[in-house]
Amino acid sequence: MIYDVIIIGGGVTGCCIARNLSKYDLKIALLEKEADISSGTTKANSGVIHAGFASPREYLKRDLCIQGNKLYTQAFEELNFPFQRIGSFVIALEDNQIKNLEEQRRQGTQDGVPGLEVILDKEKIKYMEPNITNDVVGVLHAPTAGIVSPYEMTFALAENAATNGVKFFRNQKVKRIKHQNYTFVIKTKDKEYKASNVINAAGVYGEKISKMVGLDYFNIMPRKGEYILFDRNAMHLNKILFPTPTKISKGILVCPTVSGNTFVGPNAQNISDKKDISTTEAGLKEILEGGRTLVPNLPLRASIRNFAGLRAVPDSYDFIIDNTDVYGFINVVGILSPGLTSCYAIAERVTEFLELLGANMTVKEDYNPIRAKPERFKNLSKVELDNKIKEDPAWGRIICRCETIPEKEILNAIRSPVGATTLDGIKFRCRPGMGRCQGGFCKPRLIEILSRELNIPYEDVVKMGEETNLLVAKTKEIVLRSIEGGKKE
Amino acid sequence: MKKYKSDVVVIGAGAAGLAAAIEVKKANLGVLIIERDKELGGITLQCIHNGFGLKEFEEELTGPEYAQRFINQVLELKIPFLLDSMVIEITKEKFVYAVNRNEGLIEVEAKAIILAMGCRERTRGAINIPGFRPAGIYTAGQAQRFVNIEGYLPGNTYVILGSGDIGMIMARRLTWEGCKVKAVVEIQPYVSGLLRNQVQCLEDYDIPLITNYTVTKIHGRERIKGVTISKVGRNFDRIIGSDQFIECDTLLLSVGLIPENELTLEAGAELSQNGGPLVDENLETTIDGIFACGNVLQVHDLVDMVTVEAKRAGKNAVEYINTRYGKELKKEKTFKCISGENVNYVKPDVINKDELSKNIYFTFRVKYPDRRVVIQLKDENNNIIYSKKKIYVIPSEMIELDLNLEEIKVNPDSKSITIEVIPRLEVLIEED
Repeated sequence: MIYDVIIIGGGVTGCCIARNLSKYDLKIALLEKEADISSGTTKANSGVIHAGFASPREYLKRDLCIQGNKLYTQAFEELNFPFQRIGSFVIALEDNQIKNLEEQRRQGTQDGVPGLEVILDKEKIKYMEPNITNDVVGVLHAPTAGIVSPYEMTFALAENAATNGVKFFRNQKVKRIKHQNYTFVIKTKDKEYKASNVINAAGVYGEKISKMVGLDYFNIMPRKGEYILFDRNAMHLNKILFPTPTKISKGILVCPTVSGNTFVGPNAQNISDKKDISTTEAGLKEILEGGRTLVPNLPLRASIRNFAGLRAVPDSYDFIIDNTDVYGFINVVGILSPGLTSCYAIAERVTEFLELLGANMTVKEDYNPIRAKPERFKNLSKVELDNKIKEDPAWGRIICRCETIPEKEILNAIRSPVGATTLDGIKFRCRPGMGRCQGGFCKPRLIEILSRELNIPYEDVVKMGEETNLLVAKTKEIVLRSIEGGKKE
Repeated sequence: MKKYKSDVVVIGAGAAGLAAAIEVKKANLGVLIIERDKELGGITLQCIHNGFGLKEFEEELTGPEYAQRFINQVLELKIPFLLDSMVIEITKEKFVYAVNRNEGLIEVEAKAIILAMGCRERTRGAINIPGFRPAGIYTAGQAQRFVNIEGYLPGNTYVILGSGDIGMIMARRLTWEGCKVKAVVEIQPYVSGLLRNQVQCLEDYDIPLITNYTVTKIHGRERIKGVTISKVGRNFDRIIGSDQFIECDTLLLSVGLIPENELTLEAGAELSQNGGPLVDENLETTIDGIFACGNVLQVHDLVDMVTVEAKRAGKNAVEYINTRYGKELKKEKTFKCISGENVNYVKPDVINKDELSKNIYFTFRVKYPDRRVVIQLKDENNNIIYSKKKIYVIPSEMIELDLNLEEIKVNPDSKSITIEVIPRLEVLIEED
């Protein structure tokens, strides 16, 4: 079978393109090297939907960001992922920074960013965000900025794409791509896929994939960003808080999440190892210090997790979205910030490229853009809950006590299209283990459910893919092995 | 919605909940136990080591044996209980909402509630260890559940961070299982669990205890491959150049326990600095008729002491229903109990002045170990009203004081009572 389109990479960019293309009468597959989609940059970033004024005017990413921000309204209505337009503040701590804010407001407004306003009334600023530092002298308020759960949105995109016919193949690291007779032959460890068109959305590995078809015209540098996450009860922010930006980065922000937590981060550290998602003592210190300049009373004692993600930074510092010289091979790489904001605009651009390449862009009659909102225990009234449990007792067995998640939500996460097969897969889909006990209570129960649902022994249940097994043996097995080993000697 | 009525609802069927419920039932009041796990007994069921019951039964029992004695009484007394049932809400008006698979949503209307939800373990994030986030990091209690209840081993070679009791007990348990425990690493200069566990679980098995060290980096992207440990200075800052790598495939955390009070907070009861609800001498929270006992109130080192506390909570709940329920008796005049020098926290948090003839049962912990000390109670004006010598104090051992405030002649006008643990004067003189 020859696919019309194969997308390499199951991050937010790849899944968004897949979902956009699933509208058309095309045979589409998506290959992901990890055990689950949304495993790279997508799972560890700020989850901020930018208003769009921050990048310089000469960059493509500025246009796509402004456009992408607007596209979230429709996407949210269709896909039902957690998203809130809460607005952002860029904070000036010194008088001379106000000029910068004014200039950003002027240019942003000219380019179509709605509602931008420089606020100098400290009382008003404090009223809008009581946690902000007393040192604030002014803010640029962008009401269209928002927060999203990047991974929940990606799962929503993938589910909807799969419902509309896109095939998802996980654990498929691409080893080689051969291009002959207008067909790409993609080899992974154990399989071979054929396609007329290939979209490279491989994130920090985008350069490697591009080189497989002989295209070597950019470099992708991983840039690490570290974060600290605080407990839900610890602090409630109304706004996304940015410092006045520097040339390299938008700086360390303090920001609420859609689930009511607060985080501080990221820093920006250029690294060479594309697998290095470790946090560092110095980095954690740096982000705390940075965050404190905006919010002095960060609730340090209520930190529940630190983590790091890698941004795919191209040498041009701009998105590379190219219909390349290799006919049918589209690069969608170097998707650094504001990539999450821009994804819907990027997907539209890629769709245009495919049209140019002669793909069949007939809209399918049975295309369904709606992905139903996942039912959550927490959102049900007492009466609804009672009825749900009577319908299906799995609603009545609570697996995660911190986030109040019943077995039913976990089963849904496993059984959904492109469902979870790992502990982290469940965690990122419906949050067990994300609360303040960080899996202390639910982990044994989740292993039991995964083992049962996937029909595998406990020892084969993994955290996030190969070699991440959670349990090594049954009790007494290690002792018995050593005794048997001793006998042989 | 299924609706029940019960004089008392006990939330949690661990050591605390069972003892409290039995006490209520013996006073001929109705009581219902709600438990989230599939059997009665709570965390004691996974504590298959011995050392339980020395005070309560003057016998050495395992955790499950200890629990069974109470479970038997619950069964004999025909105390009703709901298993596999998670309480999702408690209200000030003493309605308790729970869910389970068979009955759906359950509403219980009670006259009094006894909170006995226990505690949870501190996690890695809470102490912010840098590095990767691989498979193979567990809390000690989680590992204990896997090994003792589920029958699985979480790894082959271990480093245990923190010398809490569960961590040390798991070091021995895993050694018995043929696993290798490379080290127990403790940031403090002293063990944070009980001395007997240090001797019986670590020293007897030649498991190295490395004090003044902590884990400063986690290695391995998929499964943990090892940890870096570093020596710490006075403020627990890493001493540069002291890093050591230890290879392991599992890291267990035994870095403390936190009372589990989400329901308490949502009901509107106040918490105090130790993370447990603020209680008076009756173990009554700031909401009339809601009592707390066991690890939800304060983390205990011995289950026997949990039982003692839970019995008091049970009796007090009975007394509340028989004398105060439905009447608005304002408890306005109180002493505030203050943690003075080298006292981490003290329970009760407040004492009602109305009934000073009753004995007050203080429990508290010190912040740091000390020798040849004196425990002192002071009133508002710093007058010493009680003192008691003690040879040594350590944070891992809860200190109890059973005092009659009338007998020790507390000034009833004082607003507070401060407890402090200070070096004895004669010791200071000797050392001079």
